[in-house]
Amino acid sequence: MTILDETPALAGHWTPVCSYTDLLPERGAAVLVGDRQVAVFRTFDGALYALGNLDPFSGAYVMSRGIVGTRNGEPTVASPMHKQVFSLVTGVCADDPGVAVPTYPIRVTDGTVEVSVV
Amino acid sequence: MRDRKRMRLVVVGHGPAAHRLIETLDGRGFDGTVTVFGEEPRPAYDRVALTSYLSGKSVEDLTYPVPDRVTLRTGVRVTAIDRANRTVTTDAGDSEPYDVLVLATGSAPFVPPVPGRDLPGCFVYRTIDDLDAIRDASRDARAGVVIGGGLLGLEAADALRGLGLDTHIIEMSGWLMPRQVDEGGGSVLRGHIEGLGLTIHTGAGVRSIEAGPDGRVTSLVKPDGEAIEAQVVVFSAGIRPRDELARDCGLEVGERGGIVVDEGMRTSDEHIYAIGECALAGGMVYGLVGPCNTQAEVAAERILDGSAAFTGADMSTKLKLMGVEVAQFGAMSGALDVTYMDPVGGVYKRLFISDDATTLLGGICVGDASPYNALRPFVGKPLPGAPSDLLFAGAGKASVDLPDDAQVCSCNNVTKGRICAAIADKGLTDVQGIKDCTRAGTTCGSCVPMLKQILVKSGVDVGKALCEHFPHSRAELFDIVNVRGITTFSQLIAEHGTGRGCDICKPAVASILASLGRGHILDGEQAALQDTNDQFLANIQKNGTYSVVPRIPGGEITPDKLIVIGEVAREFGLYTKITGAQRIDLLGARVEQLPAIWRRLVDAGFESGHAYGKALRTVKSCVGSTWCRYGVQDSVGLAIALELRYRGLRSPHKLKSAVSGCARECAEARSKDFGIIATEQGWNLYVGGNGGFKPRHADLLASDLSTDDLVRTIDRFLMFYIRTADRLQRTAAWLENLDGGLDYLREVIMEDSLGICAELDAQMERHVSTYVDEWRATIEDPDKLRRFVSFVNAPGVPDPSISFETERDQIKPVLIPLEVTRT
Repeated sequence: MTILDETPALAGHWTPVCSYTDLLPERGAAVLVGDRQVAVFRTFDGALYALGNLDPFSGAYVMSRGIVGTRNGEPTVASPMHKQVFSLVTGVCADDPGVAVPTYPIRVTDGTVEVSVV
Repeated sequence: MRDRKRMRLVVVGHGPAAHRLIETLDGRGFDGTVTVFGEEPRPAYDRVALTSYLSGKSVEDLTYPVPDRVTLRTGVRVTAIDRANRTVTTDAGDSEPYDVLVLATGSAPFVPPVPGRDLPGCFVYRTIDDLDAIRDASRDARAGVVIGGGLLGLEAADALRGLGLDTHIIEMSGWLMPRQVDEGGGSVLRGHIEGLGLTIHTGAGVRSIEAGPDGRVTSLVKPDGEAIEAQVVVFSAGIRPRDELARDCGLEVGERGGIVVDEGMRTSDEHIYAIGECALAGGMVYGLVGPCNTQAEVAAERILDGSAAFTGADMSTKLKLMGVEVAQFGAMSGALDVTYMDPVGGVYKRLFISDDATTLLGGICVGDASPYNALRPFVGKPLPGAPSDLLFAGAGKASVDLPDDAQVCSCNNVTKGRICAAIADKGLTDVQGIKDCTRAGTTCGSCVPMLKQILVKSGVDVGKALCEHFPHSRAELFDIVNVRGITTFSQLIAEHGTGRGCDICKPAVASILASLGRGHILDGEQAALQDTNDQFLANIQKNGTYSVVPRIPGGEITPDKLIVIGEVAREFGLYTKITGAQRIDLLGARVEQLPAIWRRLVDAGFESGHAYGKALRTVKSCVGSTWCRYGVQDSVGLAIALELRYRGLRSPHKLKSAVSGCARECAEARSKDFGIIATEQGWNLYVGGNGGFKPRHADLLASDLSTDDLVRTIDRFLMFYIRTADRLQRTAAWLENLDGGLDYLREVIMEDSLGICAELDAQMERHVSTYVDEWRATIEDPDKLRRFVSFVNAPGVPDPSISFETERDQIKPVLIPLEVTRT
C-alpha cells in the first residue's frame, strides 16, 4: 500500500484508527482518538480526509454520516442534520464561510489509516 | 385625513366580491373594525367552482378563509340603511353603526314570469342551498330542463346531466352562449353538447310549466305546444342586481337596476360604496369574477385613501364546459375576418381584423381555445403574424413578444409588465412566487403556462436542472435510467453529469434506482447515495440518535405485538410515542443499538415502516364495516391490502394514504396523497391531498370503483407520479403543476392516452413481486451490519456525547451547549 496523503509539517503524533478497506468510497466513518471524535472520509478517487465530527450548526456529533460529493470540483460533505455543505479540504462551510470545522492530517501506512490530532 | 384607528366598516353581503374586499383591506393593514353581514348560512365561497360541489367537492373546499379580525354574521339579512344616522338595521332586530358602508349584495337570478314558475321542482342555480335542493329533487326525477343556454345555463345543464337526468336546454336566441360566440361557433358548440346526449331547443321560449296531481312539476310546454317531460326545471335566464336596499334609502340606481357608482366604486352617498354584481359601473353591471374582484380592490384602495379607479374591464373569457373549450376575446365583429370551421372535428375559430388588415380586433374559439392566451393580449394592436398561422398558434407561441401592458391574468387584472417587475424586484424563480406576489394565476389558472414562459423569457432558469451535477430534471433522469437500463450512480454521472454528486442528486438518483427495483438500497455503491435516514433505515433526531417505526399495516395490531413493542422499548430504554399515522415511534436509539432492536422486532413478525424513506408511510383506516354501525365497506381490510402492496415503494417524496369506511371520513382520507372513501357501490378515489405546511384536500379522481379497478388506478397514479414528479414534490404540488390537471391525469391513467399504462402496470408488478423487508435484509448481511457502529475503531463504545434526562417518566435528550465558531 502506498501513502496517499501525508502532511508531515502539521503531523504530531499519528494514531492508527482503522484499516483502509474499512472505509467505503464516498462514505464517512467516525473514529475516537482519545476523547476526540473525528470523521474520516474516503472519496471516489481513493483520497482520505479527516474533519471534526461535531456539526457546528446542530451541536450533534454526526458529520461522518453526511453525504460526500463535490461542489465546483472540491470534495465536500453535507451535514446530515440540516444539510450545510463543508469542504473536506479546508473544513470551511460553503454555505456560511464564517463557520468551519477543524481538519486533521490523515495518511495510510501499510494499509492502516492514521490520523494526527495535535 | 380620516382616523383609520376608529373607522367602522360595515359590509352588506358576503360573496366573492366582499371576500376580495376584506382580504385586500386585511393585506394592506386596514386597522378599523370590519363587520360583515351575509344572508346565506355560511361564509363566502367560490361561485365559479360551484358545479364541482355536485361532483364531490365539499363546502369547506369551496369556502374562502375569513380573516381573524373580521366579525362575520352569517344568516343575517340587512333590512334597512339609515343614511342620516349612518346605521344599518338587520332582521335579527339590531342595528350596526358605520363610518363606511360597502354594499356587496350581488344579484338574483332572473326568473321570467312564466305560469307555473313557483311550482315545487323549479329552481335557480346560484347558491350551495340551490344545489342541495336540485340534488334532492333529482333523486326521484328522470328528466330536467334548463331555461337559458348561456354560460351559467350550460353549467346547470352539465350538473343535471351529472345527476343522471335526461337533460334539455331551452335558449331564446338562435344559438347557445350568444354573449360569447357567434352563430358559427354556436353550431359547433351545439354539436359537442348534443354528442353528450343533451337535447337543445334554440329560438324557443316557455309557454307554461305544468304540474301533476301531486302538485310537482311534470312538464314544460313550449310556445309551439310541444311538451317536454321534466321533474326538475332550472331557471338560468340572466341576473338582476340586488339593489333594493339602495333604492329604499334613496341612493341613485340605474333605469334597469344596479347601484350607480363612480370610478372609485362610490355611490351617490360618499360614505357608501357598491361592488360586484349589484353595482352599475360606467353603465354596466359586471357578472364575471375578474371585474368584480377589480372593483373590490378599487373600493379597498379608496377606503384606505388611495386613488385607484375602475374604468371598465376586459370581458374576455376562456373556459371549458362539458369538455369543450370556448373562448372569446375583444370584439365579436370586424371589417375583415378569418374563419376556420371543422364541423367533423368540432373546431371553430374566427379572428376579427381591422379594415386595413393590420390590427387584431377580437376572436372566437370553440373546441380548441389554444390561440386565446397568445392572441388576447394583442387585441387593438398590430397582428403578431399571418392570420392563418395565428389561428393555429399553440398556447403562447407568440407570448414571448407580448407588450408590457398586455393583460396576462384577466381574473386578477395582472399585466405582463407587473409580472416582469415582480420577477426582477423580488428575484422570483418560480410560478408559485409569481402567484404569491401578484395573484396572477390564482383564480382560474389558465394563464399558468404563460407565467412559465414569462419566467423563461425573463432569463430565469426555471430550475429544470436538478443541481450543478446534472442539467436534467428528475423526470428526465428517471427516463434516462429507465430506458438505458442504468444501475449505478457512477455510470449515470459519468455518462450524463459532471463531478461526483451532492446531497441533492445522490438521494434523488438513489430513489429512482429504488423505484425501478435496482436492488437493496444499501447494496454496493448505492449505500453511499443515501441520506442518513436511509443509510441507517431509521430517522435521525436532534442529538444524533435515531427513531424506529415498525410497520403496523392499516393501524391494526394484535395485543402480542403491542407487548413486544413495549418490551423492546423498555429493554433498550427508548422513548415511545403514538404517531399521527396510527403507528408507534421508538426514539433515542444509538446506531449500534439499531440491529439488535430490529432483530427483536423482525423475530416478532414486524418489518420496516419506512418512516425514514421517501416512500409509502402508512395506509390509515377507520374500523370500517366489520365493527362500525355506520360503515359500508371493510376499510381496514382494504387499507392493509394497499399498505402491503405499496410498502417500500420509493417515490419523489413521502406518500401517505388512508381508507374511510363511509362518508363520515374518520380516517381523514382526503388529506392524503391517495385517499379512499367507501360508497354503497364501491370506492371513491381521491388524489393529491396533504396536510403539512400547505394543506390541500385531495381531488376526486374516480367514483364507485370495484376493488380491482381501484387498485389498478392507484398503481398507475403512483407510477405516473414517480416517473414525472420533481424531486421532493408531493403529489399535491405535482397535480397542481400538471398541465391539464385532473382531466389530463384521468386521460393518461384511465384512458391510456399516452399508451404507457401497460408499462406502468408492469413496473408496479415488479415492485410488488420483488419487495423485501429492508431491516431483515440488513440484519442477515454481515457486511451491512458492520456499518452500524458509533466508532469504527471502537465498535463497542457508545457515543459519549449522547446523554438523556427524564421527563414525564421517559428519556429526553440533553443537548450540548452550542458554540458556533466564526472565523
